[in-house]
Amino acid sequence: MSEVSLEQESVTSIDFIRVKKKQRILNFIKGIMFLMPSILLFSVFLFYPMIRTIYLSFFLTDNGGVPTVFVGFDNFSSIFASPIFQKSIVSTFLFVLYTVPGAIIISLFLAVIANEKLKGIGIYRTIFSSTMGISVAAASVFWMFLFHPTMGWLNQLIGTIGLEPIGWLTDPNWALFSVSLSTIWMNIGFTFLILLGGLQSIDSYLYESADIDGAGYFYKLRRITLPMLSPTLFFVITVTFINAFQTFGQVDMLTRGGPQNETNLIVYSIYQEAFMNYQFGTASAQAIILFLIILVLTFIQFKLGERKVHYQ
Amino acid sequence: MRLSLSKKIIFYILLTISAVLIFAPAIIAFLMSFMSSQDILTGKIIPTSLTLDNYIQVFDRSPLLHYLINSFIVSFLIMFGQLILASLAAYAFVFLNFKGRDALFFVFIATMMVPFEASIIPNFQTIRDLGWIDSYQGLSIPFFAMAFGTFLLRQNFKQIPKELKEASEIAGIGDLKFYFTVVLPVAKTSLITLGVYGFLSAWNMYLWPLLATTNDEVRTVQIGLRQLQTQEQLNEWGIIMAGAIIVVLPTLVLLFLGQKKLQQGLAEGALK
Repeated sequence: MSEVSLEQESVTSIDFIRVKKKQRILNFIKGIMFLMPSILLFSVFLFYPMIRTIYLSFFLTDNGGVPTVFVGFDNFSSIFASPIFQKSIVSTFLFVLYTVPGAIIISLFLAVIANEKLKGIGIYRTIFSSTMGISVAAASVFWMFLFHPTMGWLNQLIGTIGLEPIGWLTDPNWALFSVSLSTIWMNIGFTFLILLGGLQSIDSYLYESADIDGAGYFYKLRRITLPMLSPTLFFVITVTFINAFQTFGQVDMLTRGGPQNETNLIVYSIYQEAFMNYQFGTASAQAIILFLIILVLTFIQFKLGERKVHYQ
Repeated sequence: MRLSLSKKIIFYILLTISAVLIFAPAIIAFLMSFMSSQDILTGKIIPTSLTLDNYIQVFDRSPLLHYLINSFIVSFLIMFGQLILASLAAYAFVFLNFKGRDALFFVFIATMMVPFEASIIPNFQTIRDLGWIDSYQGLSIPFFAMAFGTFLLRQNFKQIPKELKEASEIAGIGDLKFYFTVVLPVAKTSLITLGVYGFLSAWNMYLWPLLATTNDEVRTVQIGLRQLQTQEQLNEWGIIMAGAIIVVLPTLVLLFLGQKKLQQGLAEGALK
């Protein structure tokens, strides 16, 4: 009797293991099925192109982009020796230096004043976030008129206070500044919206207890608002940074990289090299440089973001 | 916080000045789109007369209507593609247990480090080799998979109690049914947020449509605007502005309607 029951037990446990194994395989297949569309598209349009770009950066190509001669790191040494690419790197960093602090400071100011509980504040919030809904192409058209040498409002404005008109987009000393100015305007909507969200999530209890202690407006701003906002601020800064390195549309619309390559930012430089000069090898090398810059920035965001830069 | 009257006045002054400055470029363009070219050329700020001429002209002279339809099709395709793929992926990450799930999640995170701009060259070649240049699929499919959307929905799906899933398993409800009848309806708000965001960014896309279209057939409205700007004579600003206003109208309306949701959604997806 006891032998029989023992046998039965071992049979069921084998069954159980088999069922469990089958279940596990089934679960795996199910999981992959749900993820398959995303994985497939990521592979075709993200991972493969990345590897392919690295590959292309070691070759000379024909006009259609088919690799012909392996040249090792020659493409990289040639872009770094090229005064045009050097200028492009300098312009890109200058552009980042103008636009990131510009957009963050203005948006922060707007978010702070729009966070007050006042009547009609919703209208102001809508206006401040509106530039997020305006495309690069349309925004560039708006600004192109403002920058117009004779009819443009900017020159008319400085004309009324007796200054010489400026060639906003044609003067090499001004072009990068002008493109940056229009970019800051385009970015304000998004950064404002995120920062306002950050401000609204700060516990009002903190302000109430500060009020009881008789703290002034700017004291509260410095000691409560800014420290509590630091994670949001940090996120917005990285996103703006990365976006700035990816700028293309406004350059294409406003200046086409000119005058004298002053506004030839890195993505525009890649575009020109690949799709106008058909130098896919050196263009890929430039793309790798862009990729590395973004990689470092995202990495910093993940590393620092983990620590949640709260309090001080 | 109670504000004293003087503080209130200061805030209103600051708010109003800022609003005027921020809105000025758009308002100027809006006014110009109704002005005759004579008014614009003589540098009038307040128009002497309002006319719809520019709007009629812009539709007359360029295939703007066709571009608008193209943009709507492409943006809707991208929006739905992103919603479907992101919600499926988020479902797998939250409700399914299988080997290699964490590794795959890491792969999704890794995709955020690859900027699209750095991989346009092979992507262009892929589309060209597939014969997808000047096609809706070439303009939309590369953007269907989206890590940010997956994270946003994953965050939202996590709030659905695990017990619900267990109970449904006991009741013999399969994953697909659970996904359609429970998860998607519960996450409706997040799906709308993500949809609005997806539509906005698809509508405003510039670099890819520039590369992936060579004729008017499927060209989107942003590239149409670029054409308008380069083709038009410099003294026809009214027409260009009318075109620009038409281009921004759909996204502005969408933004005004969904601003609150978008703000919460973006902040959540960003910070968690």
